[in-house]
Amino acid sequence: MRIEARNLSFAYSESSLALNDVSLEVPSGSASALIGPNGSGKSTLLRVISGVLRPQSGAVFLDGDPIARRSTRDLARHLAMVEQERAMGFDFLVREVVALGRIPHRARFAGQTQADVQTIRHAMELADVCALANRSIHAISGGERQRVYLALALAQEPAVLLLDEPTTHLDLRHQTEFMSIVRQQATEGMTVLIAIHDLTVAAQVADRMALMGDGQMIVAGTPGDVLTAENIESTFGVRAIVGIHPELGSTYVLPKLAGRREA
Amino acid sequence: MTVRSHRLGLWVIWSLLVLLVASVVAGIMVGPVMIPARTVIASLFDVQDDSISAIHRIIVLQIRLPRVLLGLLVGSALAVSGAAMQGVFGNPLASPYILGIASGATAGAAVAILFASGSLLFLPMGAFIGASVAALAVFRLARGSDGRTSVLTLILAGVAIGALFSALTSFLLFLSSGGEKLSDVLFWIMGGLGRASWTSVAVLAPIVVAGISAVLYFTRDLNALALGEEGAQHVGVNPESLYRWLLVLTTLLTASAVAMAGTIGFIGLVVPHVMRLLLGPDHRRLIPASALVGGCFLIWSDMAARTVLAPAELPVGVITAFFGAPFFLYLLKTRGASL
Repeated sequence: MRIEARNLSFAYSESSLALNDVSLEVPSGSASALIGPNGSGKSTLLRVISGVLRPQSGAVFLDGDPIARRSTRDLARHLAMVEQERAMGFDFLVREVVALGRIPHRARFAGQTQADVQTIRHAMELADVCALANRSIHAISGGERQRVYLALALAQEPAVLLLDEPTTHLDLRHQTEFMSIVRQQATEGMTVLIAIHDLTVAAQVADRMALMGDGQMIVAGTPGDVLTAENIESTFGVRAIVGIHPELGSTYVLPKLAGRREA
Repeated sequence: MTVRSHRLGLWVIWSLLVLLVASVVAGIMVGPVMIPARTVIASLFDVQDDSISAIHRIIVLQIRLPRVLLGLLVGSALAVSGAAMQGVFGNPLASPYILGIASGATAGAAVAILFASGSLLFLPMGAFIGASVAALAVFRLARGSDGRTSVLTLILAGVAIGALFSALTSFLLFLSSGGEKLSDVLFWIMGGLGRASWTSVAVLAPIVVAGISAVLYFTRDLNALALGEEGAQHVGVNPESLYRWLLVLTTLLTASAVAMAGTIGFIGLVVPHVMRLLLGPDHRRLIPASALVGGCFLIWSDMAARTVLAPAELPVGVITAFFGAPFFLYLLKTRGASL
């Protein structure tokens, strides 16, 4: 499913625009990364695309249809989101949490069908949380919890997966595993849009990138087009070395630290 | 141990249903005059049997049965309100009392008693209006300028509004200068099933049955709401309309229960807790189980209230608080982190 955001503007309060005339296109079956400094509007853009926030102007389209015309439930059949952090009320078990992903597909009082059980199991296998099935969502580590929420999103069988800095609190291994699963999904045809801070990881995961600053879309294109030393300095205010890794073939970004004594 | 499998959960609910029927029979048997189970059952099913005295029959059908049924309805209504509010606010401390709704209902009932002579028509209306005003005030106050409800402000607002309405009730009592009306209002403050009649059962039954059925309709959405407001929306549940519906339903259930039996504390807080410990937080099992156990709990509490100091009758709220409060403190102490 192709995502298309056209001329979105959104303000939480009257004084400042969180999104200022932002447009973005994510081709079907590809992964795009949304990068930019804190407060640049990445999360707001994801929340508008997910339908949680209504833009003051502009519209979001999935395969050309405006999402405003879909019901919350219909939208949830096509689009899933993993938030940066989620405070789960009550002591649900991991398998119960993942099963919530079937809600949009099931009639209100219908029991779990064999197909539901299969989908849930498959989602848990993909996110590697089968071993946690009978643990409480509060009794597992932050990294495991993010994988559970990924499994929940996958259990929705979405055509579009949105992720808002999902690995911020994860260690290197968990982050790498998480991103590998996401990349795999995009390779298999899911449309992925991910807000992410680590520019090097972003370049590895994404086919395309969009750089935001101050509520505006600065530049969008391939990682090589977007990740230039000039772009990084003008939006992040950081001088960095940008190169192409000889082995991986993807762009890397090394920020230059100040404060060391000259050698 | 928590029962988490769906089949076992259903089995627990069937057992609770059996327990409820047994509680109804026990509640009819126990009192100043003890009535054998055989007589109770024969009277209930209108079996002609000459060995059963007419007086026993009258006690069963006209006095004890409406009282036990009222206990069942009030207990279920309060437990379901509590469970639903805890689900809506994602906070196990929410209950009709802590959110000030019951105080509003009591103040409304007091106004109806003092100014409209407390007829069975005006009393529930007064209680419902009082409860609605309190609920609306609390939810409005707790809703920040960004349209979100903070649980902390919600509970603080509930405590404040509750205190305000309690003060109003005290003020009305003070003005009433004694007499029968004063004892009427006092009865409402202490809570009890002593005024049960077939009329009160007939008024309450349709409201409670409809209210609980409607809450059952939303159980799946309550589960989704555990993911947070946006999380619920991402799995296709609209939190705004859920809030609105459950606000109306819990207010209705609490107000009608308070109108008939006064303020009976701790059922709405403790019963959902115990059921959550036993069955897990899945509202599809939690809500029906809370309804059944809430009914049982109030029937048994009322039996204790009738017999402990017989022939005098304790206010049943004393019994529920006497068992409920220490139990709640025990839960807080032992499972504080996961509450």
